[in-house]
Amino acid sequence: MNSIESAVPPPRSYLDDGHSLRSWLFTHDHKRIAILYALAITFFFFLGGFAAMLIRLELITPAGDLLTADAYNKAFTFHGVVMVWFFLIPSIPATLGNFLLPMMIGARDMAFPRLNLFSWYLYMIGGLFTLAMLVLGGVDTGWTFYTPFSTMFSNGHVMLTVVGVFVVGFSSILTGINFIVTTHSMRAPGMTWMRLPLFVWAMYAVALVMVLATPVLAMTLSLIALERIFGVGIFDPALGGDPVLFQHFFWFYSHPAVYIMVLPAMGVVSELITAGARKRIFGYRFMVWAIVGISVVGFLVWGHHMFVAGQSMYASMVFSILSFIIAVPSAIKVFNWTATLYKGRIDFNAPMLYALGFVGLFMLGGMTGIFLAATALDVSLHDTYFVVAHFHYIMVGGSVMAYLGGIHFWWPKVTGRLYSQAWARFAAILMFFGFNLTFFPQYLLGYEGMPRRYHEYLPQFQVLNILSSAGASILAVSYLLPLVYLGWSLRHGPRAGPNPWRAKGLEWLTDSPPPTHNFEVTPVVNEGPYAYEDA
Amino acid sequence: MSTESAMLAQQFDDAAQQREASALGMWTFLATEALFFGVLFAGYTVCRVRFPAAFAAGSRHTDMLLGTIETAVLLTSSCAVALALRDVQLGGRRVAAWLLVLTAALGLSFLVMHGFEYYSEYREGLIPGIRYTQQGPLAGPMQLFFCLYYFITGFHSLHVGIGVILLLVMARRTWRARFSAQYYTPLELSALYWHLVDIVWIFVYPLIYLVGRAG
Repeated sequence: MNSIESAVPPPRSYLDDGHSLRSWLFTHDHKRIAILYALAITFFFFLGGFAAMLIRLELITPAGDLLTADAYNKAFTFHGVVMVWFFLIPSIPATLGNFLLPMMIGARDMAFPRLNLFSWYLYMIGGLFTLAMLVLGGVDTGWTFYTPFSTMFSNGHVMLTVVGVFVVGFSSILTGINFIVTTHSMRAPGMTWMRLPLFVWAMYAVALVMVLATPVLAMTLSLIALERIFGVGIFDPALGGDPVLFQHFFWFYSHPAVYIMVLPAMGVVSELITAGARKRIFGYRFMVWAIVGISVVGFLVWGHHMFVAGQSMYASMVFSILSFIIAVPSAIKVFNWTATLYKGRIDFNAPMLYALGFVGLFMLGGMTGIFLAATALDVSLHDTYFVVAHFHYIMVGGSVMAYLGGIHFWWPKVTGRLYSQAWARFAAILMFFGFNLTFFPQYLLGYEGMPRRYHEYLPQFQVLNILSSAGASILAVSYLLPLVYLGWSLRHGPRAGPNPWRAKGLEWLTDSPPPTHNFEVTPVVNEGPYAYEDA
Repeated sequence: MSTESAMLAQQFDDAAQQREASALGMWTFLATEALFFGVLFAGYTVCRVRFPAAFAAGSRHTDMLLGTIETAVLLTSSCAVALALRDVQLGGRRVAAWLLVLTAALGLSFLVMHGFEYYSEYREGLIPGIRYTQQGPLAGPMQLFFCLYYFITGFHSLHVGIGVILLLVMARRTWRARFSAQYYTPLELSALYWHLVDIVWIFVYPLIYLVGRAG
């Protein structure tokens, strides 16, 4: 058993360590910074969700009657920019990761607490630029900023958006550096690499991807900015420059960014499934190497976004094969989660329902990814709703489900309160159905040839679009529900106690909510993670 | 030992752990820097493979003499910062502080020389988007060379500028005996950063100044 030897009275929790606004805005405590992040990304999530609602409302009818083409372009661009950079990328790492990483390895704080707070401020500054872009009239390039449209022709607020994303990129670089150094140098005695919870491994891998991919995005955006300001640049085809080079640079970041979004989700789900099934994870070492494998191979597949962009046939073949290969570690993870459930004593509590939802949706999203990795099939599916459905299954079905599952799992630890299981289960199930109703029809639409990013469509696509919009409204309700019952629990929920799930992991050894420095005495680790004995 | 324990942040158990963490943090940051510059070098490679003649022609417009002097200055400065660190590690203070000032001064002279280069290129009309007066068949793609030239050297000079400020701060702290043979982590990290600035230039110099002059 891991143990803490302590006989002193419980210290003040981190939440009681100052109640002024100042005590929050100047905090160096990783737990408070996590909450600052959580508040900010929740705001951006609903803002991005509002843009999605406009999109789905527009698409109820084949004619472009609610939004003009221009307004529609701005809506989906805003939705993409906000959801990718201001919600999904920071979602699990900056909130759950910040809160849990030091606790899971038995540390008092991150290695660089001031840098941690600074990265939150960078996030907020980037967010302000993005809000300014919205208020001043938006931008119409799509979240991908493809040149030469973004550099030469777009008359939206490209500069503001680019600066916002550039700044928020530094926030994620600094978070990445902090995670890497914390995992390397802050582990408690006995916490060896092969005793790290998979969530920590996921955070470590995602930090590597953040640190190695984000600079490429930042430089590429700078090149776009200069091209817009001076009217010349290396992506300008008039000079012999190469717009496809931009796509290479952009996807060199943005494909690994997909793994920035999904690796943390995999980490969360591994914790949820072991705790919910009361079993050790099946094949711990395979899970670790699958995480590492995904983060490495994830850097080598970006070209599958450019099968129809004029890339050489041989490049496409290599990228296609590598994209098939990355399915292997992903499949290992799905099999191992399933094998962990086998003969487990499964408690269908709310976090577990979210985790199971994740596994199913991630599998559907991943399998359709295999379709798209096949060059011949991609030629007809590229830029259709099939692609939209595919990545929403990974990012919304996968990452958002896992994020909410994690929030539900660690909510008692973060706040010290229990919430209504009945409502939480209801929300999880509603979300699963709402999600599938929204996005499964989009697979069919894409397969039948409906292109993405248009505000009008042919009348034969209307039935499926109505289904999708109906699903989106259910999804919206299921996203709003947690705000209500989790908010209610803050004041009226019963006290949670240190370990309401009887889960393993160092974070459950300390009080809920934890004291400011997490542990009164540094814990000593003498066993691997997930040492569940009663299954 | 007093400086050492006074500098220990609460999240660390001991000075060794803190030093290890700080050094790893700096190395990770330097890895991101390699990728920042990596994008530019990749862009350079792609464009040069496509337009070798234009890149050779563009390179011949650069000032090789000044570029070479800049290289010598920067390498010398890297030597000076290494000597300063060594002096602090051996318990020195005054010599180290002056060596750091020398390093910063060399960095500053690098920037001044670069300023002269930019100015003469402006007069020759070699700056795309601002003043570009070149004619002929290579004039178009040669702009790609100059775009990259200004972006790479500009971004590098930004790093030199930050480094100069950092070194001056370190010189002041060294002079005030904030470091000792036991505790010199900030100085060591600043020196690491300065070496990176230097190493990047070792790649920039041949790509910009030498590449077109071979034939």
